[in-house]
Amino acid sequence: MSAPRLAMIGVMTLLLAPLAAAAGCLLVRRARAAELLNLAAALIAFAAVVGLVPLALRGPYTFWGGYLIVDPLGAWVLLSVATVYLLASIYAIGYMRSPEADPRLHHFYALFAGFALTTLVGPLMNNVGVYWIAIELTTLVSTFLVGFERTRESVEAAWKYIVIVSAGISLALLGIVFYYWAGSFSLGPSYDLTWSALRAVAPHLNPTLALAAFLLVFIGFGTKVGLAPMHTWLPDAHSEGPAPVSAMLSGALLNTAMIGIARFIHVADSARLGMMPRTVVVIVGSLSIAVAALFITRQTELKRLMAYSSVEHMGVMTVGFGFGGPLGVAGALYHMLNHSLNKSLMFFGAGEAVHAFHSKRMGRMHHVLTMMPVAGVLWIAGAVAITGAPPFGLFLSEVTILRAGITGPNAWAAFVMLVLLVVIFVGFLNHFRAMYFAETSAESSAESSAASNDPAALPKPRARATSLWCTLPMWLALLPLLALGLWWPHALSSYLAAIAAQLSVGTAP
Amino acid sequence: MFAAQLPPLAGSLFSLLAITSLLLTFVMLGSRWLIQYLFAFAVQSWLIALLSATVGYYGGFPELFVIAALTALFRGLVLPYLLLRIIRRLNVDRELHERLAPSSSLVVGALLVLFAFVVSAHLGQSLGLAGTVAVLALTVMLSMKLIGFLMLMVRSEVLSQILAILVLENGIFLGSQILVPGMPLLIELVILFDLLIVVACFGVLVRYLVTHAGTSSTRELTRLAG
Repeated sequence: MSAPRLAMIGVMTLLLAPLAAAAGCLLVRRARAAELLNLAAALIAFAAVVGLVPLALRGPYTFWGGYLIVDPLGAWVLLSVATVYLLASIYAIGYMRSPEADPRLHHFYALFAGFALTTLVGPLMNNVGVYWIAIELTTLVSTFLVGFERTRESVEAAWKYIVIVSAGISLALLGIVFYYWAGSFSLGPSYDLTWSALRAVAPHLNPTLALAAFLLVFIGFGTKVGLAPMHTWLPDAHSEGPAPVSAMLSGALLNTAMIGIARFIHVADSARLGMMPRTVVVIVGSLSIAVAALFITRQTELKRLMAYSSVEHMGVMTVGFGFGGPLGVAGALYHMLNHSLNKSLMFFGAGEAVHAFHSKRMGRMHHVLTMMPVAGVLWIAGAVAITGAPPFGLFLSEVTILRAGITGPNAWAAFVMLVLLVVIFVGFLNHFRAMYFAETSAESSAESSAASNDPAALPKPRARATSLWCTLPMWLALLPLLALGLWWPHALSSYLAAIAAQLSVGTAP
Repeated sequence: MFAAQLPPLAGSLFSLLAITSLLLTFVMLGSRWLIQYLFAFAVQSWLIALLSATVGYYGGFPELFVIAALTALFRGLVLPYLLLRIIRRLNVDRELHERLAPSSSLVVGALLVLFAFVVSAHLGQSLGLAGTVAVLALTVMLSMKLIGFLMLMVRSEVLSQILAILVLENGIFLGSQILVPGMPLLIELVILFDLLIVVACFGVLVRYLVTHAGTSSTRELTRLAG
């Protein structure tokens, strides 16, 4: 069978599996069946993506009137997304089961599969306008997952999420209209604004208009990626959703929006706007890392800590794409996969801890290892990995990004990033030290005695036997992460080099 | 560029419709009553539909007539109806605590329009379109964008926030009718449809807010911080 045909079958499988699962969940209305349907869809989608990744290397394929595209960059993002979807689907089975939630669980899985569908659609979109709509749809579906627990906090988070992101992303639509308008001076009033058409017409765009358009789309999609100062929705949404949803938001959704920024940077390069666009990208990325560093060190809530860590890593990726060049792009993409694996692991561990201690406050968590022995070990290994310590994958990708920046025109950002990463390393691991090894301090015992006076005091923490559904995805996230840190196979580096070549423009920096 | 060579009558019609839409944004900005926002929004949507039809007629884009009909139907009737249902259910008919009084908002809004004009004039100059209806469209588009953000900031009722987001969208839609009338039909249709889903989602969320958070004002949403 020919390669384009295979690619098309792969894409169809990829999209139909979650769609069928979502419809199936709504039809059968039974919690256990919905779990299995969603898990099956996740497995099928993952298998399809694994098939698509090598296929994509043989050239971009477009089909369905040019609205869908399979290219190496998109396939790579799909790989991150599908991996997180699979891990989160396994984890959700262990995490979501409870007598109160069971009657609504088929709704949860229908939304979950629908959310996965929208995040898988995004990287496949070839038309810039349709890509915008796909990103908008991810917001609409995931809002309800964020508010799924129907507590006051989760509804508040869902509201802030949809308002801030809808407002922010409307700037991206304005930017796309500007691009279309700028292109219409040389292409005539009606044409299809695909990524390749936009790149081809970019050198002929009016520079002022092209710069304005780039800044608008960068701010717009940057809101969705969670870059500071547009990140304010992210800690709320990530901390109030159920743990599998947090993992999907952080590991899948943010990447789907990030690919748009990477592609628009490429367009800005083709438009020959000088260093200005890349400098803006690097500044905003560095600012995100700085904001995250401040909030990480001062954080008291566990899941918000994880959320700010996502802001940090999105900042790192943005800086990587901003540095550009083969090293910068390869580093950023490698970081994307590593972060997806690692942040899933962190949110799974956080979900276990919140279940075990009945609280989201880190001040209430002590001696985690005695409470959750297996998950606790996996979780702290993940914590070491996410701060960028060797021998895990994130160390390698962060070093690659630093190497890319240090020789470029924005070398200052590499130094700033290095300092901030050290701050985050200390701040983040200090929280884990307190949760794992600290003796119960005066401050926290005061807090627990205050809690015991509280009439609505939470139940005492108790050790819980973590089900295999919960620990299995943690293993599945940690082991590849370790492998990716120790061993960078040749096929992988040539794949990332191919994407970097796809994203480079003749004499680009 | 189609806006550069227009018969004078068409140019004046476009200007009239665009400027009236902008004025309606000021009506929303200067009023406390939710129902008045809603009517201003509905009328604005009808004007935009009329604008689509006019552009379609003078520019020779027959597909814009379809867009005009759908805009009038969706933005002009269905969305206001959905929002009206939300208002009825909420038992709130006015903004109680603006962060900025309507009179001051009007002044700030006027300053934002001035800013939008300076930016558009600059862009128009660099494109060689100074003095054409394109600059006006750009001004109105950016002004509605900025005023929408202003409304998001100073108004706290959930309905005002939904309407502010719809004003953001209306601004883009209005501008794109004049600047890029040839935009593929499919995209515009999907964006219209998308808007409908957005409002439906907002409607459901408002119900959750009232049930689970016990409020319809975002001033009360202060649990999450830091």
